[in-house]
Amino acid sequence: MSTAKKNNIFPGFGLSLGYTIIYLSIIVLIPLSAVIFKTTSLTFPAFIDAVTAPRVMASYRLSFGMALFAGVINTFFGLLLAWALVRYTFIGKNLVDALVDLPFALPTAVTGIALASLYSKNGWIGQYIEPLGIKIAFTPWGVLVALIFIGLPFVVRTVQPILEEIEIELEEASASLGASRWQTFRRVVLPILSPALLTGFALAFARAVGEYGSVIFIAGNIPMVSEITPLIIITKLEQYDYAGATAIATVMLVISLLLLLAINGLQAWTAKRTGRVR
Amino acid sequence: MSNVTRFERSSATRDSVLVKSIILILSLGFFGIFLLLPLFSVFAEALHKGFVYYLKAIAEPDTWSAIKLTLLAAGVAVPLNLVFGVAASWAIAKFDFRGKHVLITLIDIPFSVSPVIAGLIYVLVFGAQGWFGSWLGDHDIRIIFAIPGIILATVFVTFPFVARELIPLMEAQGREEEEAATVLGASGWQTFWHVTLPNIKWGLLYGVILCNARAMGEFGAVSVVSGHIRGYTNTIPLQVEILYNEYNFVAAFAVASLLALLALLTLAAKTYVEWHLKSETNAPPAIEGPL
Repeated sequence: MSTAKKNNIFPGFGLSLGYTIIYLSIIVLIPLSAVIFKTTSLTFPAFIDAVTAPRVMASYRLSFGMALFAGVINTFFGLLLAWALVRYTFIGKNLVDALVDLPFALPTAVTGIALASLYSKNGWIGQYIEPLGIKIAFTPWGVLVALIFIGLPFVVRTVQPILEEIEIELEEASASLGASRWQTFRRVVLPILSPALLTGFALAFARAVGEYGSVIFIAGNIPMVSEITPLIIITKLEQYDYAGATAIATVMLVISLLLLLAINGLQAWTAKRTGRVR
Repeated sequence: MSNVTRFERSSATRDSVLVKSIILILSLGFFGIFLLLPLFSVFAEALHKGFVYYLKAIAEPDTWSAIKLTLLAAGVAVPLNLVFGVAASWAIAKFDFRGKHVLITLIDIPFSVSPVIAGLIYVLVFGAQGWFGSWLGDHDIRIIFAIPGIILATVFVTFPFVARELIPLMEAQGREEEEAATVLGASGWQTFWHVTLPNIKWGLLYGVILCNARAMGEFGAVSVVSGHIRGYTNTIPLQVEILYNEYNFVAAFAVASLLALLALLTLAAKTYVEWHLKSETNAPPAIEGPL
């Protein structure tokens, strides 16, 4: 921490911090507080009823369950992809590296209709898997496919820089002590990567829980079966049930903020583990 | 760049051909099926009735008004969040004060909130039943189900992009250069224009590119506040949804292909800027999402 005297030689502290706080309050904090105020207009039993109705509970199971499942799949394949991009040479590597961020750049509505048409009965993928008895479009598995798409870059982009910085000497030392490649990976490389893997998983999970656009086209949105929680909020809004919509939003908001804090903690841990300054 | 990665040069870190093949097949296969195929399908579906039909689908008047509204929303949201990003990163990187970490976490909130909730909060504030609903109604001002609501929702979802690129970059660059300029008699604005801005220009551009991509592609948040009034409150992504739900698939994919092209342009620009960022600083660019 520097002294107050050091701060004084720079101009613009009051202006820049003041503007930051006012703009943050107007755009983010005050509107968000409306959620809390609106929720308090419900009595506590009414709030509990709204957020634990069977259809809402089914949507939590779907949203959180599939977000978890997609997060696990992305952690595994994200690690493989990051490994390939950092350690191997192959044709088109730079192109693959750039396109990993596609889910960040492609608008969710575009993803949604593309996935829905790919996996529908006559789609490029659907026409081969439906005869095998596998239905993905308009079932809960459609939700999973969409969440895999949007979550993959979080894992790759969190793991990749850590993997790039690993010193070869560590693995050489391990090999010279007689460890096999697999033992070295399990005992040396994986512990270095694990905070980053966990962070990438958490980022993908957090994004997947609230995802809307890429999911609704392929999910079919059948109540109790393939209806995600954000869609329930929209449905309630369209029925002018503002208090009900807000109650469910409060639950999601609290979970999102807890995840944000957990991710910040994980990143501090990653930084400490790898000696990186964030 | 050398042809072989440093890991392939040491026998201790070189994987066997078998392991390498398995990892490449699994990872690239996964990448191809889950990421590339959806991208290709957008263009294939858009063009499958031919190029003339494609152009006709895009030239619809409702599509044009959607394009105009999207440009307007991004045209307001990007500059606003750019100014905010510069102000916030200047305060955070150049000064020490209590509560800095809390402030950084608060700036990240829009990234961790579901887009649906981003729309909902403005309905609660400005909607007919909201805080200012009756006052706005008395003065005949419409925000929700009108253009101002679309702009507000867009500003919210793109809020942290520039700030989150600039804060780590400016923190990594330290304060010495600005201190030297100040000691030599430069004013605050001179220091900012001639010292700080040239140092952060690539980071700034990076943030603006990501901010713009999200502003033009946002769906969930604007969907809540738009009311879907054709030719008036539809952005490009909402127009895609309407066409798709009307089973007008070729037109839906034609309009979607414009957004997919924008995404590819964004990735190309981003890769180019990353290359500059890497050569000028050693700070890796932040990834999108809470860091």
